[in-house]
Amino acid sequence: MKRYFLRKLLIYLLTFFLAVTIDWLIPRFMPGDPIANMLARTSVNSNAAQVMYEYYSHVFGLDLPIWQQYLNFWGSLFHGDLGISAYLFPTPVVNVLKRAVPYDIFLLVPSILLSWYVGNKFGAFAARSKWLDNTISPLSYVLTATPYMWLGILLAWFFGIVLRIFPIAGAYSFTMRPTLSLPFIGSVLKHWFLPFASLFLVGVGGQAIGMRNMIIYELEADYSHYLEALGAPRSLIRKYAFRNAILPQVTGLALSLGVIVAGALVTEVVFSYPGIGYLLLAAIQNQDYFLIQGCFLFIIIGVLIANFIIDIVYVIIDPRTRRGMTGE
Amino acid sequence: MKRATFFLSILLALSLLLSACQTAAEPTEVAEPVDEQETEPVEEPVVEAPEETVVYDRSETLYVSGAAWGPASTWNPFQPGSLANTTGTLGYVYETLFAYDPMTGEMIPWLAESGEWVDDATYVVTLRDGLTWSDGEALTADDVKFTFDLGQQYAALWFSPMWNYLSSVTADSATQVTFAFGDDILYQEWSNNLYNIPIVPEHLWSSKTEEEIIVGANENPIGSGAYLYDTHAEDRNIWVRNENWWGIDVFGTPAPKRIVDIRTSSNNVALGMVTMGDIDLSNNFLPGIAELSKQGYVDTYFEGPPYMLSANTAVLFLNTTLKPLDDAAFRRALAFAIDVPSIVNVAYAQLVAAASPSGLLPSLSTFEDADVIAELGYSFDTAQAQQILADAGYVDIDDDGFVETPDGDPIELQVTCPSGWTDWMAAIDIIASSAQAAGINVQSTYPDYGAWNTELQSGTFNMTLNNWAAMSNTPWTLYNLLFRHPIQEQMQSGNFGRYDNQTIFDLVDELARVPMTDIAGMQAVTSQIQELMLTEMPMIPLWYNGLWAQFSTAHWTNWPAEGNADNPTLPTTWSGYWQLGGLMNLINLEPVVAE
Repeated sequence: MKRYFLRKLLIYLLTFFLAVTIDWLIPRFMPGDPIANMLARTSVNSNAAQVMYEYYSHVFGLDLPIWQQYLNFWGSLFHGDLGISAYLFPTPVVNVLKRAVPYDIFLLVPSILLSWYVGNKFGAFAARSKWLDNTISPLSYVLTATPYMWLGILLAWFFGIVLRIFPIAGAYSFTMRPTLSLPFIGSVLKHWFLPFASLFLVGVGGQAIGMRNMIIYELEADYSHYLEALGAPRSLIRKYAFRNAILPQVTGLALSLGVIVAGALVTEVVFSYPGIGYLLLAAIQNQDYFLIQGCFLFIIIGVLIANFIIDIVYVIIDPRTRRGMTGE
Repeated sequence: MKRATFFLSILLALSLLLSACQTAAEPTEVAEPVDEQETEPVEEPVVEAPEETVVYDRSETLYVSGAAWGPASTWNPFQPGSLANTTGTLGYVYETLFAYDPMTGEMIPWLAESGEWVDDATYVVTLRDGLTWSDGEALTADDVKFTFDLGQQYAALWFSPMWNYLSSVTADSATQVTFAFGDDILYQEWSNNLYNIPIVPEHLWSSKTEEEIIVGANENPIGSGAYLYDTHAEDRNIWVRNENWWGIDVFGTPAPKRIVDIRTSSNNVALGMVTMGDIDLSNNFLPGIAELSKQGYVDTYFEGPPYMLSANTAVLFLNTTLKPLDDAAFRRALAFAIDVPSIVNVAYAQLVAAASPSGLLPSLSTFEDADVIAELGYSFDTAQAQQILADAGYVDIDDDGFVETPDGDPIELQVTCPSGWTDWMAAIDIIASSAQAAGINVQSTYPDYGAWNTELQSGTFNMTLNNWAAMSNTPWTLYNLLFRHPIQEQMQSGNFGRYDNQTIFDLVDELARVPMTDIAGMQAVTSQIQELMLTEMPMIPLWYNGLWAQFSTAHWTNWPAEGNADNPTLPTTWSGYWQLGGLMNLINLEPVVAE
């Protein structure tokens, strides 16, 4: 078992190294000059453009040769310094991420977890009887096929503008300042609900369909038929089938959680909710090398950690993997 | 399954708790004791968030949007405007010596009480009495001298080139500053700088390092302005009125006690909020506002087309280094071929106005030579375009519907704009189709912003739009943009089409040196520039982009509007427009009194 994990660790380290190198390279392949973009508007009424250009190139270390930039990148990475954002100059990238990512975690983690749980439950129900299947499946298909931004705008328009129950912008009321008090928390939850609901609805459909298919597959397996022939109660067979069907869903869940740092761009745009997705898009459009690198670095780390956790979790919940490992 | 449920619910609770803590502890590094001591101007660093809930009074708070597009990152007034998403830094917090009123064309003394040329090379400014910084210190001539001297010390500050003709700045007394010039004074640039250079406090900035001055964030800014920095978060900047502002006795008290500048990430949200009255003033470009204004959902400056004031000129730059764009006749034909009325009516749904062929905004129409424009100007006329092409030798040899050059080479041009700028994308589609109707093969493409900007500055585009020629007190800024010289490898500040004509360059240089009081002299030069520009047509002014502003009268009233003599200002919160009337607008606003 130790050898298994050591080998896994080695592979992850290698993947990390390659992925981070590509992460560093990609922004630099984009057409366009980040400093020129940064200075675009200011140069209008001044002849100091050239001087400012050189100054900012120096501040960002872009006047060094490429290999030196690469080595400096790794060096500062190990110090936890991800550089200074050009788009949100002069905020360090770490601070940008620290301030923006919690909003995405707040939105995405509950919606992913809840939609996973509820979706799987409904999928399991759907596999019970034809009548349930005929109602839940079409609904799930509709939900999962709905374009997310359309659903989001519809929810915002209906609940926000027509019924005026929920607000349509911001993380908390524009009339309040953050305090640890009940009205403020209430405001946060009110502003959170619509984006959360939109993400939840779209996620539920996909999970339900996946689970339903997996359970039907398991219910048609040999062991199910054997148990049925032996006279086991339906609920017991369903319990075993559910345990087997949940495995691929766990993988899906872990991977979804791994990419949270990328944010939910469309949600942030439709509901004007703060978060890293919108900033990442703006960073890409403005060629902010350091913010892009920093964001994608966290995504790489998130996905690798998620993969690692999947490996461990599988060992715990799937006896077949456990046996397969000790058999090595 | 029970274990999984338990595990999941723990995760959920944890994530909610984590994020809630983060949000609550967020932006209050500095929170002045707001509700208790309203007259206290000094900001006291309070580390914790206030315990009881702070809710802003709706009748005292103004909600605006359309200026900030991202979280605030810097409050440095010298920082290029597009970087500072804290677009109120120069305006709310820092002020300039003068302001400019584009409606009347006059410079308004702001920090200065008066300024005059005592002789051709000396300019004396007298400051007002009683000017103060928000920390209580007096604003004196030493602060002005210090600020201007910064341009001499640091070449990276945007106004440092002024020192090519400025020799020295002396503080004669607490309220008098003398600017001594050398030769070759650019009077036009100087007067433009007078309302653009923010005055910073010497007692706080003299200890800053070069890096802090040029690129520092300048958190907790102390300025002389009408508002103070209150707080900010990911999607909002909040400013609170400075109750000790020196301008209260001179100009009046700004009506809103608090201003919340909201960052909306999409236009539908801004639209929803302004129609519901949650946003009072929206400076976003919202397509379809014409309809909404007609039906009374929002208010705009004009009751009918173009609904908006004109803010800057959208100019089509032609790359004059390429064939056939190096032929003036071809360029003139293009000017007649472009269907500007469709751009105004279809692409913008009547929210803009067609530009004058001179490129000058209506506020500077004094400097247009009506005769030159009548004789050499252009308008949409496909037949005329085809005539000019035929006269110049452009014939359709291979009968594909498009003309070829007199040498027989095919013509295929591209007109570009950044992808995602939907109004411009619609406009260049119309440019392309109307040019094709006249026989010129033009295709429209939308490269991504970075690529477009690179093409613009390195001169690898064919034809592209640019609208940096904003409201100004002098026609020189427009012509300096259009005919920037010398032509270098990277053109960052204008003349992107690299039009090389020494006569025009000399004329622009001559214009820069005409004193602002010599209107006739300025008109003489601009007339010559316009004549050459319209004969050669190196770039084509098309339409005036609007000073986008739609407002709700649910909570605030007396907005600037055509015919409203009580508030003859600009309804805008855009960076660079505070000194053009944006701040006076706040002083003239009135809260809606509940009945």
